Amino acid sequence: MIEFKMPALGSDMDEGTLDEWLVKAGDPVTRGQVVAVVETTKAAVEIECWHEGTVHELLVGIGETVQVGTALATLLAPGESAEPPRKKQPRPTETPAAVEPKGEAANQPAPAAGPKLGPHHRRWISPAARRLATSLGIDVETVTGTGPQGAVTISDVEHAAASVKKPAKKRESKRTAADRATEMRKSIAAAMSRSKREIPHYYLADEMPLDKALSWLAERNAERSITERVLPAVLQLKAVATAAQRFSEFNGFWRDEGFEPATGVHVGVAISLRGGGLVAPAIHDVPEKNLDELMGDLTDLVARARAGSLRSSEMSDPSITVTNLGDQGVATVFGVIYPPQVALVGFGKPAQQVCAVDGGIRIATTVQTSLAADHRASDGHRGALFLTTISELLQQPDLLEK
Amino acid sequence: MTAEMTTRDDIREEIMSVLTTIAPEVEADEIEDDVLLRDQVDLDSMDWLNVLIGIHNRLNVDIPESDYQSLRTLADLMDYVERRTAQHL
Repeated sequence: MIEFKMPALGSDMDEGTLDEWLVKAGDPVTRGQVVAVVETTKAAVEIECWHEGTVHELLVGIGETVQVGTALATLLAPGESAEPPRKKQPRPTETPAAVEPKGEAANQPAPAAGPKLGPHHRRWISPAARRLATSLGIDVETVTGTGPQGAVTISDVEHAAASVKKPAKKRESKRTAADRATEMRKSIAAAMSRSKREIPHYYLADEMPLDKALSWLAERNAERSITERVLPAVLQLKAVATAAQRFSEFNGFWRDEGFEPATGVHVGVAISLRGGGLVAPAIHDVPEKNLDELMGDLTDLVARARAGSLRSSEMSDPSITVTNLGDQGVATVFGVIYPPQVALVGFGKPAQQVCAVDGGIRIATTVQTSLAADHRASDGHRGALFLTTISELLQQPDLLEK
Repeated sequence: MTAEMTTRDDIREEIMSVLTTIAPEVEADEIEDDVLLRDQVDLDSMDWLNVLIGIHNRLNVDIPESDYQSLRTLADLMDYVERRTAQHL
C-alpha cells in the first residue's frame, strides 16, 4: 500500500485546502497525473501523483485543510491486491511529524511531458480553464479540447470565448480576491523574512552586452509567424540554466545538513500577479529544452500563474530563480533568494549605453545582470565565474538554441 | 471577419477585447487612444506579445516583429490594422 502525501509546495506554503479530487477509488493513476486540486494562498495547485498504481482510498475530503506531508490517499501498487478498506477513523488534524520535505520533491524525476491521463479518464479540464470559462460565461462542457487526450486548455476556452463574442463583465466577488491578496502577502512575508533571517546573501552584478543575442533573435523571429516568436527573456533563462548546470553550487537547496545539489536545473520564474503578489514556479529541465519549447513553457506558465492554477511540481521543484524586472524599466535588481534555494539571478532593462570598445567609443545595448547568492553554499569567486559564464553564453546565442 | 464589418469602431472593440482578456482590470472606456498604452496599462513584454498575438488571431493581421516598436498607442494599433486590412483586400 502506497501512501500518497500532500507534496511540498514551496517554502512559504505549508498547508492547502482540498478543492477537488480528479480520481476516485479504483481509478488507475500514472506517474505525473494530476489527481487533485488544492487551494493555497498563491494558486489552485494541481497535485500530481508520482506513483504508479490504483487508487485504493481517498483519505481527505473536499474542503479539508491539510499540512504538507499529510496522507491524501492510499494507492495499491501495480500487482498489489486490495485489502479490505480500513475503517474510516477520524483523522487527527495536527501537523504530521515530517513536514520538512527533505528534498523529496527535488529528488523525484521531472515530469516527462505534462500530465499523462489514464485511457478511460474523464475528459480533463484544467482548473484554470474552468475558472476562465466561468468568468467569461462559457459552458466549459461545450468547448472543444485540443490538449493531451482532448483536455480543455485555457486557449481552448479563449477560442470559444472569441467565437461566442459575449463581453461578459468580470465581476467576481471582490472580497475573495482581497482575502487572497492578504493571504498571499502573508506567505510572501514569511518566506522573505526567513530568507533575510537565515541566508547570508552576497551580491554581484555585471553589465552584459546584448547586441549579439538581440540581433540573432530578431533575425530568427523575422522568419516566423508572430505565434512562433521567442522573447529575449527566454534566451536569458536558457543562459542562466546552462551556466547553473556547470556551476552546481548555485543550483540546489540549503538544508539543515548543508547544501544539497538539485538533480536537474528547474528554473523558477518570478511572475508578478495582476492585483499584487508574485509566484515563482519552475520550468523543468531548462538546459535540455530548445528555445521554442521554453517559449511555449513560459507562455503557458505565465498564463496559468496569472489565472491562479499551477502544478505541485512547479511549486516544489525550482532549484534557482530568475527574475526579470526590465519590463518595468529598472536598471538593476538586487534579489532576495527564495529559500531553500541558494541563488537568484536578476535582469534589468536592456538599454543602449556608450561603451568603450577596442579603444573606441561605441553605442551598445547591454543589460545589468545580478546574482544574489547564499554565502553558505558558494563564494564570490565562483559567483563571479558563474555570472561571467552567463554573459559568455549570451554572446553565443546559437549555442542556446538546441 | 468580413470587410464591411471592420469599421474603426469594430477594430477598437476587438483590440479592447484582447486587451481586457490579458489585463482584466482595464475599463475599455477609460483607455485614451493617443496616450502610450504602457502608461495606461501594466503590460510586460509577454503581455504585449499576447496582445499582438490576439490581434493577429482575431483580426487576421500579420505583424512583423520589426513593426512592434511603431505600435505604442491604441490609435497606432487601429491605424495599423486598418492599413494592413486594406492591403489584404
